[in-house]
Amino acid sequence: MGMIEGHAGMKKTSMLDLLVLVIRRDLVLAMRRRADVLTTLIFFVMVVSLFPLGVGPEMAMLRKMAAGVLWVAALLSSMLSLGRLFSADYLDGTLEQMMLAPQSLSMLVLGKMVAHWMVSGLPLVLMAPVLGLQFDMSVQALGVLIIGLLLGTPILSMIGAIGAALTLGLRGGGVLLSLLVLPLCIPVLIFGTGAVEAISSGLDIASHMSLLGALLVLALVFTPWVTAQALRISME
Amino acid sequence: MLEISNLACSRGDHRLFSGLNFSLDFGQIMQVQGANGSGKTSLLRTLCGFITPDEGDIIWRGESIRELDEEYYAEMMYLGHLNAIKDELSALENLRISAGLSGVELDEKEAMAALRRMGLRGRELLPTKVLSQGQRRRVALARLLVSDAKLWVLDEPLTALDVGAVALIQELVAEHLKREGMVIFTTHQPLQVAGVEMRSLSLS
Amino acid sequence: MAINWFKYSAPTTFYGLAGKLIPWFAVSAAILFAVGLYIGFYVAPMDAVQGEFYRIIFIHVPASILSMFLYLVMAGYAALGLIFKTRLSAMMATAIAPTGALFAFISLWTGALWGKPMWGAWWMWDARLTSELILLFLYLGFIALHASIDDPRRADRAAALLAIVGSVNVPIIYFSVKWWNTLHQGSTIKFTGTSMHVAMQQAMFTMLVACWLYAIAVVLARVRSIILERERNTTWIAELPEVRS
Repeated sequence: MGMIEGHAGMKKTSMLDLLVLVIRRDLVLAMRRRADVLTTLIFFVMVVSLFPLGVGPEMAMLRKMAAGVLWVAALLSSMLSLGRLFSADYLDGTLEQMMLAPQSLSMLVLGKMVAHWMVSGLPLVLMAPVLGLQFDMSVQALGVLIIGLLLGTPILSMIGAIGAALTLGLRGGGVLLSLLVLPLCIPVLIFGTGAVEAISSGLDIASHMSLLGALLVLALVFTPWVTAQALRISME
Repeated sequence: MLEISNLACSRGDHRLFSGLNFSLDFGQIMQVQGANGSGKTSLLRTLCGFITPDEGDIIWRGESIRELDEEYYAEMMYLGHLNAIKDELSALENLRISAGLSGVELDEKEAMAALRRMGLRGRELLPTKVLSQGQRRRVALARLLVSDAKLWVLDEPLTALDVGAVALIQELVAEHLKREGMVIFTTHQPLQVAGVEMRSLSLS
Repeated sequence: MAINWFKYSAPTTFYGLAGKLIPWFAVSAAILFAVGLYIGFYVAPMDAVQGEFYRIIFIHVPASILSMFLYLVMAGYAALGLIFKTRLSAMMATAIAPTGALFAFISLWTGALWGKPMWGAWWMWDARLTSELILLFLYLGFIALHASIDDPRRADRAAALLAIVGSVNVPIIYFSVKWWNTLHQGSTIKFTGTSMHVAMQQAMFTMLVACWLYAIAVVLARVRSIILERERNTTWIAELPEVRS
């Protein structure tokens, strides 16, 4: 019996189709391993709740700390979830197959980053305002917080992906990844929290937001390619 | 036409092989032999571009694979020790995704037919984690049926397969060679292809 | 006389060259340290505002400058190693990291020692000190990543990529920290408002050159020991007098 009939007539996938394929694949996988997704979210909530326990329930102080606490917690939660970005695919051999694809590896990596953000970053963005209320943040502050996180969490995912690719298969794992990536995420932290501070003092947030936007664009342009190079280095 | 010229490879400090020269033409099959640790897997992975050789070059259709990059990958397919399938996905989903990643859109009918030929009738829709080792290997090998790659690089493809499956793979390899494909492989179990001269490369 | 630079890019020849150069750098560093410290601690006058304590800047400022300079040099070698695949470049980057980290650490410590008598606190979150702290983290990350990977080739290349990514980020980080500092009306550690006394300038410059020479000597010594370790299975190493004995 010969090859499957109609094989010659199969369509070739375009770049966009490929991106969508990778995103859908990762989303489906995440849905079937829902525990992973939820643990990141629970961690986020727990870390945020630790601060009032640590510094006392005085509302004036908590209100001042709120933006910082939420952003740092988002940072740490992102770091935790990044370990999963490539490791499962690395262990079962699907990652090396992706590297053998006759398509741009950067595109595949971008797809994985987008899916990762949708699964790990977006829930944080949605959860943050709820937690922000516990810190008595004003409505404007909450609004700025959400927009900031919406711009910032993808950047964290993308910079973190470089770390995840470099630390692929290493024993140090998550902690090493955090050590490498956290210093690089500091600007995002500063601009994100700065924006909330600004709005609370009645100042303009345009510069903070445009800086975050600029970082997001830079990350989108450069990190997929850098991550692809890091993957090649790690797979040797 | 695949040409290897003056290839040398090491793993850490340890030099695996050097001065390796051979060429493989369309329609030919070559088995790489050698003791464990002699560098068989490393050679195959170097052919895939995962490992950069210390010296020498790998030439495909007259150009270095380093230059060709994606054009080379479009014409080759690698099956290593790992099955490259996701446990949480079904055999059908796995096959369609691998095809998609290699640039081919596979519709459900074609994918199901391929899986059935691999002996997975009735199991196409189950998550692969409930399949046996042999069945999972068959899911991985189903890619052989739907790929249009010219060069097959197979690292111990027959692992965990029963006699019937081994016969099937031998059949697929024969068909591939008749279509002017080429195969380079390693194996611990004998792989015989009827009517074709088996070339051999020893790395010890 | 045209020097064939490429000859020295092979670890074998570089090993010998480095060995001959180290004593020169080490001795001149020692001399300049002595001179610089003498000028800084004895000759230069007392500062009108800060009294005697300011003298620590003769260590603090050179250490800061060197820590930043060395990071750029390290990233430069890392880039060379990745692009041209030269082994020696990668080894140089690895050799520079601990020294760079040391200078960053010294800069932070001397910054703290300066801050305590001046402002009563061991640590001030000013922009420069905070950036210096982040730079130390970047160095430590490089060293940690390199140490965590067993395969020397992968270790070199992964750490090199990290160094390059870090160096691209350093301006962004510095800018954001500066902004953060001004937003929060943090303190700025400034030396004096007006120009420095001649002797102070001399001391500063001498100490800077001394640190630089010291760095070169130490990095060359370290790269030699890295070469010994990496190439330990080759014949030319076995024939070295220090190995044969």
